[in-house]
Amino acid sequence: MAFLTLERVSKEFGTFTAVRDVNLTIDKGEFVSLLGPSGCGKTTTLQMIAGLVEPTQGRISLDGHDITHEKPNRRGLGVVFQSYALFPHMTVAQNVAFGLEMRRVPQAERTERVREALSLVQLSSFADRYPRQLSGGQRQRVAIARALVIAPPVLLLDEPLSNLDAKLREEMQFELRRIQRKVGTTTIMVTHDQAEALSISDRVVVMEDGRMTQVDAPYRLYEQPSNTFISSFVGKTNLLAGTWRRSGAEIGGVLLEASAPEIAAGTPVTLSIRPEKLLLRDAGAGRLDGRVASRFFLGSQWLFTVETSLGTMTVTIPNQGEEPPAEGSPVSLDWSPANLRVIADTAAAA
Amino acid sequence: MTPRPSTLSAPWLLAGPGALFFIGLVLLPLALTVILSFHAYDHSTGIQNTFTLSHYVAVVTDEYYLEIFWRTLRIAALTTLICAAIGVPEAYILSRMRDPWRSIFLLVIIGPLLVSVVVRTFGWSMLLGSQGLVNQALQLLGLPSARILYTETAIVIALVHVMLPFMVIPVWTALQKLDPMVEAAAWTLGASHFTALRRVVMPQVTLGMLSGSLIVFGLSASAFAVPALLGGRRLKMAATLVYDEYLQELNWPLGAAIAIIVLVANLCIMLAYNRMVEARARRTLG
Ligand SMILES: Nc1ncnc2c1ncn2[C@@H]1O[C@H](COP(=O)(O)OP(=O)(O)O)[C@@H](O)[C@H]1O
Ligand SMILES: [Mg+2]
Repeated sequence: MAFLTLERVSKEFGTFTAVRDVNLTIDKGEFVSLLGPSGCGKTTTLQMIAGLVEPTQGRISLDGHDITHEKPNRRGLGVVFQSYALFPHMTVAQNVAFGLEMRRVPQAERTERVREALSLVQLSSFADRYPRQLSGGQRQRVAIARALVIAPPVLLLDEPLSNLDAKLREEMQFELRRIQRKVGTTTIMVTHDQAEALSISDRVVVMEDGRMTQVDAPYRLYEQPSNTFISSFVGKTNLLAGTWRRSGAEIGGVLLEASAPEIAAGTPVTLSIRPEKLLLRDAGAGRLDGRVASRFFLGSQWLFTVETSLGTMTVTIPNQGEEPPAEGSPVSLDWSPANLRVIADTAAAA
Repeated sequence: MTPRPSTLSAPWLLAGPGALFFIGLVLLPLALTVILSFHAYDHSTGIQNTFTLSHYVAVVTDEYYLEIFWRTLRIAALTTLICAAIGVPEAYILSRMRDPWRSIFLLVIIGPLLVSVVVRTFGWSMLLGSQGLVNQALQLLGLPSARILYTETAIVIALVHVMLPFMVIPVWTALQKLDPMVEAAAWTLGASHFTALRRVVMPQVTLGMLSGSLIVFGLSASAFAVPALLGGRRLKMAATLVYDEYLQELNWPLGAAIAIIVLVANLCIMLAYNRMVEARARRTLG
């Protein structure tokens, strides 16, 4: 059942439209990511849900109630800010207790709930420290504890991991998912990191220029991106521009077999194929001949760029313990036609 | 590796000019003033070369001087209080402004510092005088005219005007260090705007306000131009009193004794206050 609903929500700053006509329905207990490049309106969308920015148009409802014009302190949502926004003059315990204090929770219960929240984020021994005495990852967990302790119906996270270094970031992704699973709070997370969005969300909302362009489960988003922007923003891909013919796409005079219903012959299309779906064969044995331009060893896999008559293609193959073709050697690329994704060009479709 | 002699002497050479400057222009005159204050004085023969404590005794026992000290303290404290009451909200509003306006208003606040205090004080004396703009406005409204010039009120008004930037700037600096989202965080946790201001913004502002108060108090207590021009001949403050002892009475040793007493009193108040500031800083933000 729809728990949080955004209906035709827009936000204009003067003449600039930061968020345009967003429709989104989120179920109870879901973990949804808002994914998009910087400046596409993710924070604005999140802050409209939190009540910190008032929508110019549209309606936001939570659990059946219209909250579009409700003050942030009446919504009771948990918010984790990008900068964490911890209270610098309060200890960790005081920070976490603040929301309970505002709710006039009795002292004894407050202490107990703060203790629980801190143990959830594994910071029990840091209760009496000040934020400035904590590392980035610890601050972030304090911010999560502070937002969760009030048992909010929805938890809103604005790029919670973007200030952390790569390793800590990965740890915190699992941590975040663990906490969310345990508490079961409906969560919306803003991120510009596609890997992060794919790995921890139930659904991913892709935003471009203030618009929502695709809402899907991570796997479907990756396999069936609805436009070329998404196919290259979410994961790596090879894009080939061509024209649709009845049984495939014609690219540079070559007809590549692919299937796509509902596209009229003669329509300009873009073909997208992921690097890991391309196979490296001996010269002449595949569908497209080429020459290895460069080769990078990434540990678990090899990354190739192959010069072909259709342009440079990126290929990744798993490291199977054998030395793959050297730079300069002739090779051939092969693929399963089912893995060729056909995207009708937006310019032509519009 | 052993440091070369030149690197050893470098700190001394670098600090030297500043130290000489400080010794020559601050410590030396101060020492001379202290020595002068212990010299005896005779109205017919002038400064004597004999040691005496009589000036200090005279000052701390004479009602006349004590009243002036008391007034100085009162005016400086009142000015500080009013500056804090006006300057803190002003700084808060300033820090929440967006850029073209913020720069403009910052300039408006700092701008008066570019005009001499004497000129500004003359401006106030024209505004507040018996035929000044304020009284003309009162008459227009059918109200009795008020005697403002040559009262403590006039001095406080002008001092607040002069001192306000010294309050706004430290508070503004303190607010700059506060993440604006911190206030929003308090709202989302259920705090009203007022509670968020009181519980989250004020503690941050306090430090800036305390150091601003220190500056305003110190400068007000030793202010000269404002009380000299707006207080008239009767309403003296510490600095004008010293000036009069030197230039009207020609009793330099007594003037020196008063100056030293004012300096020590100011120092004591400020040190005590600073202790408070520091203790607070350690407790909350340290
Ligand atoms: N208060 C504001 N006034 C004017 N423009 C704003 C304001 N807040 C955000 N914007 C603009 O709206 C767009 C979207 O901002 P934001 O939601 O912060 O993007 P994101 O979080 O996706 O990086 C940006 O181009 C930004 O410059
Ligand atoms: Mg953002």
